[in-house]
Amino acid sequence: MASSATTAAPARPQRRASFVQRFFSGDSLSYALTFLAAAVLIAITALLVYELWSRSALSREKFGFHFLVTSTWNPVTENFGALPFIFGTVVTSALALLIAVPFGVGAAIFLAELAPPKLSDGMTFLIELLAAVPSVIFGLIGIFVLVPALLVVVPPIKDALGDHAPFFFSGPFYGVSILAAGVVLSIMIAPFIISVSREVLLAVPKDLREAALALGATRWETTWQVVVPHARRGIMGSIFLALARSLGETMAVTMVVGNNPHIVTSLLASGYSIAAVIANEFAEASGMQSSALIELGLVLFVLTIALNGAARLLILATGAKGASR
Amino acid sequence: MLCLTGVCTVVAVGLLFFILGYLLVQGGASLSWNFFTKLPTPVGEMGGGMANALVGSAKVLMIATCLGVPIGFLAGVYLAEYAGGAFASMIRFVTDLLNGVPSIVIGIFAYTMIVATTKHYSTYAGGCALGVMMIPIALRTTEEFLRAVPGSLREGAMALGATKSRTIATVIVPAAIRGLVSGMMLNLARVAGETAPLLFTALDNRFWSPGLNQPTATLPVDIYNYATSPYPELHQLAWAAGFVLLTMVLLVNITARSIIASGFSNKTR
Repeated sequence: MASSATTAAPARPQRRASFVQRFFSGDSLSYALTFLAAAVLIAITALLVYELWSRSALSREKFGFHFLVTSTWNPVTENFGALPFIFGTVVTSALALLIAVPFGVGAAIFLAELAPPKLSDGMTFLIELLAAVPSVIFGLIGIFVLVPALLVVVPPIKDALGDHAPFFFSGPFYGVSILAAGVVLSIMIAPFIISVSREVLLAVPKDLREAALALGATRWETTWQVVVPHARRGIMGSIFLALARSLGETMAVTMVVGNNPHIVTSLLASGYSIAAVIANEFAEASGMQSSALIELGLVLFVLTIALNGAARLLILATGAKGASR
Repeated sequence: MLCLTGVCTVVAVGLLFFILGYLLVQGGASLSWNFFTKLPTPVGEMGGGMANALVGSAKVLMIATCLGVPIGFLAGVYLAEYAGGAFASMIRFVTDLLNGVPSIVIGIFAYTMIVATTKHYSTYAGGCALGVMMIPIALRTTEEFLRAVPGSLREGAMALGATKSRTIATVIVPAAIRGLVSGMMLNLARVAGETAPLLFTALDNRFWSPGLNQPTATLPVDIYNYATSPYPELHQLAWAAGFVLLTMVLLVNITARSIIASGFSNKTR
């Protein structure tokens, strides 16, 4: 005890080097430099929020909350409402989740629970490569492969349904549609769901699996009734992350959604999304239209930030590694 | 059910090979020497290339790297070596926030900051947009790899009398350098395919763009413009450009990821 007390008190230097000396010896300099970089990062982000807010003032003041709930988009009369775009964004993303979640979680279960580690690592590597494919390439594939393929597949299904076609599967079909956008988005977000869910599943303690197996549960019962419920918050987190990404996705959606600024009830009709309308109109916009587009950007920003935050909390709650990405 | 999960995985992996294969067939067929050396020709004339887009992309990415990597790296060093407490959590929060911003919104930001101020589209506006996108990932990469350096190295250097800055510069960063370089390569590959932030910052250009002050063609934006145009010969160029872009992005990814994987199996695991 006594010895630890004496070693804990460091020998103080006789005279501290002057600030100038310390500064040029590099320590304070490197501290200042790295601190400055961190401050720049915060400044840039603050500036981003400020710019979005102040540059959309024109539109915010004129339309107020009506901006979010009206569906005219008329650059000639300078009347702008965001509803068709918000609707399109939400519907395409929801459709993408509907396809990608069962698919992605299924693949994650296979990679985490069933595949031998070597195979699992190899496949995960390939799936992460799929996540690295630029979105404009997905758009390219979407326009020239997916849309023609849908034009072959969908009409027979529609004919078979005949008059019994539900409202979301009716009307004329020209290929570019909310359906096409949803399918492309689902392919783009599935890798995220797979790789994050896999890590969350791998983080589930081994004891739980062994206990369930020891109680006589089959492999599938163990996975589905023990492991997946234990990891459910992390999996939810991965889904939120994927949703945030699909909401902000621009190029692939712009290329296949059809760019039609109206609210449509059928998945076969063409629609629009927030990111797509910004991509299409921003370069030529000015004045009120520009301001309205920036306000759309602000809406998108708030949506994705909220979702990202929720996702991070959920993934942290399951205590999985890899949540920081 | 178990088989079904396997099918999901195989389909996901199959999609990657399908995309690769399709681009190889479509793009490889229309890839020629002209593609790398010639300017685009007027619609209807054969034999055009995308040399200006290749150079434009390289310039934009260089500016992005010069902006994003130093800021992200230094801030990452700060976070890993100096920061603590509330300010550190604030930096992490802001990094996550910036990382989650959709790329099109970054484009708006670069537009209002640079294009609206200078009153013209330019290469450096595009570069800055991508640079801002690189900062959060550069920061996270740096922090992660610096933290992975064993504490004993840090203490050893300190014990030999090195100052903190000297420890960082001569011991910690060199120990993590493989991870850092590969992380930055991955970061670059990620923004190399970004199209949305360039649409109204770097815009597009049918000709060479001298210097940094004029609009420039870039590979991703040209893919978008050509693919959405009604001309089959432009579609062929889009396929070729898509093939080149995807090949570069995937090669960088594979290289960087294998460097990271091998580095870790030797040392820390």
